[in-house]
Amino acid sequence: MVWVNAVLQGAMLGGLYALFACGLSLMFGVMRVVNLAHGDLSVLAAYGSVAIFDSFGWNPFVTLLVVVPGMALVGAVMQRLVLERSLRIGPLAPLLATFGLSIALENLLLQIFSPDPRILPIGSFGISSWQLTNQLSISWFALLTLGVAVVVLIGIEAFLKRTKTGQAMRATSDDPSTAELMGIDARWIYTVAAVIAMATVAVAGVFLGMRTTFTPSSGPDYLIFAFEAVVIGGIGSVRGTLVGGILLGIAQTVGAQINTADPVLAGDLFFLAVMVLRPRGLFRSSVLA
Amino acid sequence: MSLLEVDSVDVHYGDFQALWSVSLAVGAGHALAIIGANGAGKSTLLRTIAGALYPSSGSVLFEQRDISRLPAHARVKLGIAMVPEGRRLFPSLTVEENLKLGGFVRRAGPWSLARTYELLPLLGPLRHRSAHQLSGGEQQAVAIGRALMSNPRLLLLDELSLGLAPIVVQHLYEVIPDIMATGTAVLLVEQDIGRAMSAASYVHCLLEGRVTLEGGPAELDHTAVRAAYFGIRPG
Repeated sequence: MVWVNAVLQGAMLGGLYALFACGLSLMFGVMRVVNLAHGDLSVLAAYGSVAIFDSFGWNPFVTLLVVVPGMALVGAVMQRLVLERSLRIGPLAPLLATFGLSIALENLLLQIFSPDPRILPIGSFGISSWQLTNQLSISWFALLTLGVAVVVLIGIEAFLKRTKTGQAMRATSDDPSTAELMGIDARWIYTVAAVIAMATVAVAGVFLGMRTTFTPSSGPDYLIFAFEAVVIGGIGSVRGTLVGGILLGIAQTVGAQINTADPVLAGDLFFLAVMVLRPRGLFRSSVLA
Repeated sequence: MSLLEVDSVDVHYGDFQALWSVSLAVGAGHALAIIGANGAGKSTLLRTIAGALYPSSGSVLFEQRDISRLPAHARVKLGIAMVPEGRRLFPSLTVEENLKLGGFVRRAGPWSLARTYELLPLLGPLRHRSAHQLSGGEQQAVAIGRALMSNPRLLLLDELSLGLAPIVVQHLYEVIPDIMATGTAVLLVEQDIGRAMSAASYVHCLLEGRVTLEGGPAELDHTAVRAAYFGIRPG
């Protein structure tokens, strides 16, 4: 029963990782940009929520109404001012630019909010759970996180498959110069991708802040988990990212069951095993699907 | 009055000059062919007209408007469509999604999904197939249909025959008169001189980035064409 519990809790933790990872996966899939500031941007979103809570006392869930559009705007500005310019220089320039952005964000947050750990209070909802059996219970909050992750990822997949802009995004991901010849403005598509990615990062960041404490330097840890989820699932595959995130979560909680000292290690080992056995990820897809 | 006018265009790739003062004009409903050997600058010229490259001097006029600095995606809205060299289909999209994407700009005109399947009947049964599972000829047909879906006034065809069997090329060229019948002008680039001469009413020959010969297919004699094509001095 302990193991069933570990798997169950891991799957729900994995929902959060998938939520973190899908923006990273989308930005890499569409414009081949590895956004090293991804984790820090989610922490920025969590602090945005903190700021609203401190000033107005809003419930953290309600702050999403401001934080998500705000981060979407950050995405558009970041795309136009940083990524687009650096992409023109070469494929490595965005890596450096986002690394710089990561450091700048972390220090900016340290200046404003101090290094003290914070948490977004959600009251009794955070600790209430659904008792399945004597030894098995599911936290409502963790279940909600997984549900939100599934909805967001299915939504992104439906957007890519069914909508005109989504199809144009897949085409641009395949071949940007030919997409231009079809009348598609790649700059616009990239901006839309960055906006969607940052909106998902905002949701992930706020849910992270409600789940556990964070500091201005929490970003890189979550960047690593997002990376692992993306690579396990297969780069550019939205469905793969969901499965990758969940498997990573399970590996960590099952690992914690074996050795409580270092739960993250088991996740990293699982990630390495996937890298060795299936370097292209579990869902083989070189393109967005 | 011409639909497209290219006026003394120079194009550079960095320090290398690929086109030297090239001029041409195409009227609505007409077909112009550009012939020349590998590296003569044919594709460069077509890509300059499509907007994938900008001229370093000279101008490209479309319906009397200077579009030399207009990005490629904006030119599609004006009615310039291109079938790029090597087809360049979107591999992660199905045949039908590729075709629909050609109609991304939603220009009004005669070409719809149904009409495109009518013109290229081989595509009907393949519509849900992924683009990378097709043969070369099928891919080329999708590329043509995709370009038509934007209802172009000017269709640029870059080396339709590249890597395809002669019988397949024959079938693809048979649709060109149907396309021109809708009033669309066709500008085609071809290495196959015979094919170009029979499809177009006017021919330009490029050699090392310069127009070395031009005229109607009937006026051009074999020796002159060969000289212009390969750069062999007659006599």
